[in-house]
Amino acid sequence: MRSIKYDVVVIGAGPAGLAAASRAKAMGVKRVLLVDRDREPGGILQQCIHNGFGLHLFKEELTGPEYAYKFIEESYASGVEFLMNTMVLTIQPDRQIYAINRKVGMLKIEAQAIVLAMGCRERNRGAVTIPGSRPSGIFTAGTAQRFVNMEGYMPGRHVVILGSGDIGLIMARRFTWEGAKVEGVFEIMPYSNGLNRNIVQCLKDNNIPLHLSHTVTKVHGNERIEAVTVSQVDEHFTPLSGSEQVIPCDTLLLSVGLIPENELSRDAGIHIDPVIGGPVVTDEMETTLAGVFACGNVVHVHDLVDNVTRESWLAGEGAARLVLGQQPTRDLVTTKAGSGVRYVVPHKIHVENLATRTTTLYLRVLQPEENVRVELVSGTKSLFSVHQRVVRPAEMVSINVPPKRITATAGEELMVRLVREGDKA
Amino acid sequence: MSTIYELTCIACPMGCQIKTKVQQDKIISIKGNSCKRGELYAQDEIFRPMRVITSTVRVQGGVLPVVPVRTAEPIPKDKIGVALQEIACITVTAPVKFHQVIVPNIADTGVSVVASRPLAAKEGGEKTA
Ligand SMILES: Cc1cc2nc3c(=O)[nH]c(=O)nc-3n(C[C@H](O)[C@H](O)[C@H](O)COP(=O)(O)OP(=O)(O)OC[C@H]3O[C@@H](n4cnc5c(N)ncnc54)[C@H](O)[C@@H]3O)c2cc1C
Ligand code: SF4
Repeated sequence: MRSIKYDVVVIGAGPAGLAAASRAKAMGVKRVLLVDRDREPGGILQQCIHNGFGLHLFKEELTGPEYAYKFIEESYASGVEFLMNTMVLTIQPDRQIYAINRKVGMLKIEAQAIVLAMGCRERNRGAVTIPGSRPSGIFTAGTAQRFVNMEGYMPGRHVVILGSGDIGLIMARRFTWEGAKVEGVFEIMPYSNGLNRNIVQCLKDNNIPLHLSHTVTKVHGNERIEAVTVSQVDEHFTPLSGSEQVIPCDTLLLSVGLIPENELSRDAGIHIDPVIGGPVVTDEMETTLAGVFACGNVVHVHDLVDNVTRESWLAGEGAARLVLGQQPTRDLVTTKAGSGVRYVVPHKIHVENLATRTTTLYLRVLQPEENVRVELVSGTKSLFSVHQRVVRPAEMVSINVPPKRITATAGEELMVRLVREGDKA
Repeated sequence: MSTIYELTCIACPMGCQIKTKVQQDKIISIKGNSCKRGELYAQDEIFRPMRVITSTVRVQGGVLPVVPVRTAEPIPKDKIGVALQEIACITVTAPVKFHQVIVPNIADTGVSVVASRPLAAKEGGEKTA
């Protein structure tokens, strides 16, 4: 078996992997390798041909491929090496990677530091179980996106979309613009899971109705899907009898969420946070397996690629610091989701870093709220808080804690919670 | 005679529901916006709504059968239909360069449609193309 050695090996050449690899290189690491199973780098961005990427980082609205192009060029220019068409099979705890590709077959890659950047995959029908037959014509929204945008093939002409995630909304517009009829978007929750901007520019612009508190309760058709039954649901998500409506269609798109792709991480024994489905990480983006870092959608599902890039720079820096022997001392505080908060990333923060750099906490809220404070507390003491006019589960909240703003001692627990303005919690 | 427009502001995550009354090309009343940006958004959306459009065009001899394209700038919303029809008629030949102009003046807007990515030619593709 062929065996190669690198300082930093990044698995996945999407926006996360590209940013981590080029940052590690820029920090002075000699040999950085990016491995991806795909034919070309860019990850999921190559199929996201719509604009809206990079608004925060570049103050312009790039399409997915344009955003990817910037980082691909930067990675090549900085001297990152690429190993494409190569699937990583396992990661050993001693940081040996086994991968396979057509040219050389099995391959062993030894690394001083590994960065996991495998992205996420879509939940499929199995994960949401709809009764009825199993005809063809049912796709996840992202699969349909790949068909239309990269393979130049339209999966259908009469489309029903289940779930109001952003990919579904984007595809509603894409199908309409390609001449198909989108009958409606059905969302089981009483609010949409997509960005407002997509609801306006993808649905309203094209007169596509959004039905909240509705779900698909039956699929009809034998060979090919012919119709779906949709029903209204009550507050416990139970379909209301009498509200059923049959909608003829030849295509059903599922846009019901994404899950981090962590088979490799699990097999390597890395601790996974059950709430987010991604590895437990420090603020250097290091997992519980020393020398293995993670960033992007493999850690938690991001709605903005800009945040993926920022987080991945930290992972690239973290990996570089390990290789260069510049890691901070292992005095850590832990973070915890308090009331109103579903999760917080990172799970652990180096005390030293709190003093020397801005620390960004990413969190998701449980419910839409207005006029709240995101508060960092230790015991009963409030350490830091920021006002948020509005928070929604669909939009990740990021909180920047400037250097030296809070001091903490190793072992302390920082709880992040939501407090309604005016309330003394 | 006045017309009522209801909009969702997208200038921030708040997503205010804005209700406006418009008379002779002027907003005469506006309700529901929580800040000034909502007013500007309503102005633009009502009087000159603009959109960037993104699509794909067919490619001959490329590593992929289609290449993604975009309007280099936003174009008036009411030109979207014509623009999409013009884009649908086009086939380009690989290789395609990053930001290569695909349609110089889409739907008479003065805006060009450009490729969103480079696309290489398939090996041996030149012969068949
Ligand atoms: C369909 C969709 C639409 C989106 N729309 C927007 C938007 O409009 N605006 C916005 O800002 N953000 C958007 N996002 C979010 C943003 O694009 C993603 O958050 C971002 O692409 C995630 O980057 P990543 O590098 O973590 O993952 P990915 O881009 O998924 O990259 C992961 C890479 O890892 C590779 N890989 C996985 N496993 C292996 C393995 N075992 N061996 C080798 N390689 C492997 C894959 O081939 C892939 O190239 C969207 C996301 C999706 C999925
Ligand atoms: S009106 Fe102001 S607060 Fe309301 S959505 Fe628009 S920008 Fe946000």
